[in-house]
Amino acid sequence: MEPVLEVVDLKKWFPGVKANDGVNLTVHAGEVHAILGENGAGKSTLMKVIYGLLEPTSGEIRLFGQPVHFRSPRDAILAGIGMVHQHFMLIPALTVAENVVLGDEPGGVRFDRREAVRRVRELSERYGLAIDPNAKVGDLTVGLQQRVEILKAFYRKARVLILDEPTALLTPQETRELFNIIRALKAEGVPVLFISHKLDEVLEISDRVTVMRAGKTVETLETKGATPQMLANLMVGREVVLRVEKPPMEAGPPVLEVRNLRVRSADRHERVKGVTLTVRRGEILGIAGIDGNGQFELADAIAGLLRAEAGQIVLDGRDITHLSPAERTQLGIAYVPQDRQLDGLVLSFDLASNIILRDFRRPPFSRRGILNRRAAESYAKRLIEAFDVRPPDFRRKASELSGGNQQKVILAREVSRDPLILLAAQPTRGLDVGAIEGVHRQLVRLRNEGKAVLLISLELDEILSLSDRIAVMHDGEIVGVVDRAEATREQLGLMMTGRRAKEGTA
Amino acid sequence: MIFSNPEIWALTLSMAIPLALPAVGGTFSERTGVVNIAMEGIMLIGAFFGVAFSYWTGNAWVGLFAAIVCGALTALALAWGAIHVSADQTVLGMGINIFAAGLTTFLLNTLFGYNGTPVNTPKLPSVSIPGLDHIPYIGVIFTNQSVLVYVGIVLIFLSHWFLFSTRLGLRMRSVGENPLAADTLGIPVWRLRYLGVVLSGVFSAIGGAYLSIGILNGFTSNMTSGRGYIALAAMIFGKWTPLGSFGAALIFGFSTALGIVLQGHGVSSNILQMIPYALTILALTGLIGRSTPPAADGIPYEPRR
Repeated sequence: MEPVLEVVDLKKWFPGVKANDGVNLTVHAGEVHAILGENGAGKSTLMKVIYGLLEPTSGEIRLFGQPVHFRSPRDAILAGIGMVHQHFMLIPALTVAENVVLGDEPGGVRFDRREAVRRVRELSERYGLAIDPNAKVGDLTVGLQQRVEILKAFYRKARVLILDEPTALLTPQETRELFNIIRALKAEGVPVLFISHKLDEVLEISDRVTVMRAGKTVETLETKGATPQMLANLMVGREVVLRVEKPPMEAGPPVLEVRNLRVRSADRHERVKGVTLTVRRGEILGIAGIDGNGQFELADAIAGLLRAEAGQIVLDGRDITHLSPAERTQLGIAYVPQDRQLDGLVLSFDLASNIILRDFRRPPFSRRGILNRRAAESYAKRLIEAFDVRPPDFRRKASELSGGNQQKVILAREVSRDPLILLAAQPTRGLDVGAIEGVHRQLVRLRNEGKAVLLISLELDEILSLSDRIAVMHDGEIVGVVDRAEATREQLGLMMTGRRAKEGTA
Repeated sequence: MIFSNPEIWALTLSMAIPLALPAVGGTFSERTGVVNIAMEGIMLIGAFFGVAFSYWTGNAWVGLFAAIVCGALTALALAWGAIHVSADQTVLGMGINIFAAGLTTFLLNTLFGYNGTPVNTPKLPSVSIPGLDHIPYIGVIFTNQSVLVYVGIVLIFLSHWFLFSTRLGLRMRSVGENPLAADTLGIPVWRLRYLGVVLSGVFSAIGGAYLSIGILNGFTSNMTSGRGYIALAAMIFGKWTPLGSFGAALIFGFSTALGIVLQGHGVSSNILQMIPYALTILALTGLIGRSTPPAADGIPYEPRR
């Protein structure tokens, strides 16, 4: 059978960087082909070259056997390439139908809105992508917006669909739905190129997988015979520890006690409805739950970013319920927030400034309101070295770093303040295997040093591999708390839907 | 009672047109993503060159045409700075306003001397709409208004249809919301932005010419007296739509008309002049309907290399 898409010895060099340095890829009809690689392995560059956003330095792309040279995305679209970008190319103010047909609208001078709606409805029925063509895109969930992107591709008669990190912004349920869509497309014979750095997703959805590392395709293998460990090693280029070793620990006295806490989110909905829990020295308490069940509001409330409507928060015997976030920081709360770019860093500041963000008011970083830049720089330099932040340059702006390195900066800042407790909300979200390993090591190290860690994650695997005890949240309440040793995936899954644990509460 | 006198409604309409036209112009510009605060300056340019060419050629229609050309050229300068050079659009717009105020005053004094533009400058005709002008009570609204009032109303409705019901209008709006998305679909971002800004120049210049050769037949220094800024407010208050801008302009025009009628009744017209700005602040803060600008308004777009 003739391959749909072939990439032959493709190279894309930028001044000083070989982003792609020998990429070979063959996609066949009706297969889901995954491209797996760490952030910075060259996946995005490859996509941009295939889509006509960048011109290759050398090498060839063949579509249905014909060599193609795209000067712009327009060329790629016309040739039958459909691309769903990681960050959607949608216009929130326009309707679904308008977004889909934009650039190829039906009608003469006048825009034939009814015809546009009709065509979109027809497409959505044909590909099983249920959506209201008249809905405003800005009102849709991320999952539905992604459907609009897929419809856009098929409206332009895409013969191969490229999904760039499609699950990065999706909830677990939306990911399920996307996978069902991909399976349906495969049944229709549409080849799908699935770009990801998530092992489990690649293993679940793809038929074949091509691993990229440092700008090169390392290997293409049948997914059926692949194991997570195999793929992880290929991605990183060394033996990777997928599960961090954790010596048994005796939990000490309580550090953080939360009693009957009630919290409203910024949109005035009550999200935390009477939570009581205790975190002890030398333990990692994991909070499992489906997104949107109040776990992140709980973390914000403990950190002081949301006000407690009722209840009490006690840190090391002291009531901190009504203290400001800054005061709580001084008393020993460290926080790795869910959205590192929004709440964790000031993206337009350099690393030195970001690293002293919590302490700039105090000596040695400032005296009598005057900043001491030199002290900040030498401190930042030390942390950057210790946490292996790349590039190791404190003058870089935080926005110039990759997600994994941004997270290293936040962790370095929070952990080095010698806190009593670390609140970590989705600390590995969007990170690649190597970076996840590093974050996990840090959390376990803190625990081993006798600190307390409150880990909130939507990834059940992460909760299971790190926690000493696991609390499950549903609809703003703690459904139950179980010891890791006694927890099973099935039991936790049931609790996440709101069913109480039969035994073992805390 | 003053409201029972239909004259105030006629006055409202004639005061609203020189606000509505630049407001619609601004809508075109900002809908494609270029912040335009230069309406005031472009109106002055239009007002001055309208009079100048009307006098030189003895034909007010030629004057109007010249006003449009000069307004479009001024807007082109703004567009080049904002689109090609990615200069700060607020600073550019303010620069054009100051430049236009100085240029028109300078040209007025050098070309026409200190007595101002000649009194025998031709003006555009004022007309009544046959049929409508005899309707009792409201007929006066359509009696003896400048021809530009009627042209303006038609242009405003046409603009609304153009922006929201044509393919080109949809593309222009997409460019102001997410230029990158539009670009990947093969939509020429820069060209449409130029179109939007130049249209704003055309509309603002007609608004300026309306003042100088529509209502009057002469130019005085700074004769727009801030109408370009009120137009900006009307555009925002009208939620960046031509019909909304027209509605807002009517409200603002009414407060101006009220000021004129109430003169001598002991009501300060300064208070009434504040109304447009107060309403705009309320609109922006969301107290009376939320007003959200196009998402990419004011953000230059660098095309791919």
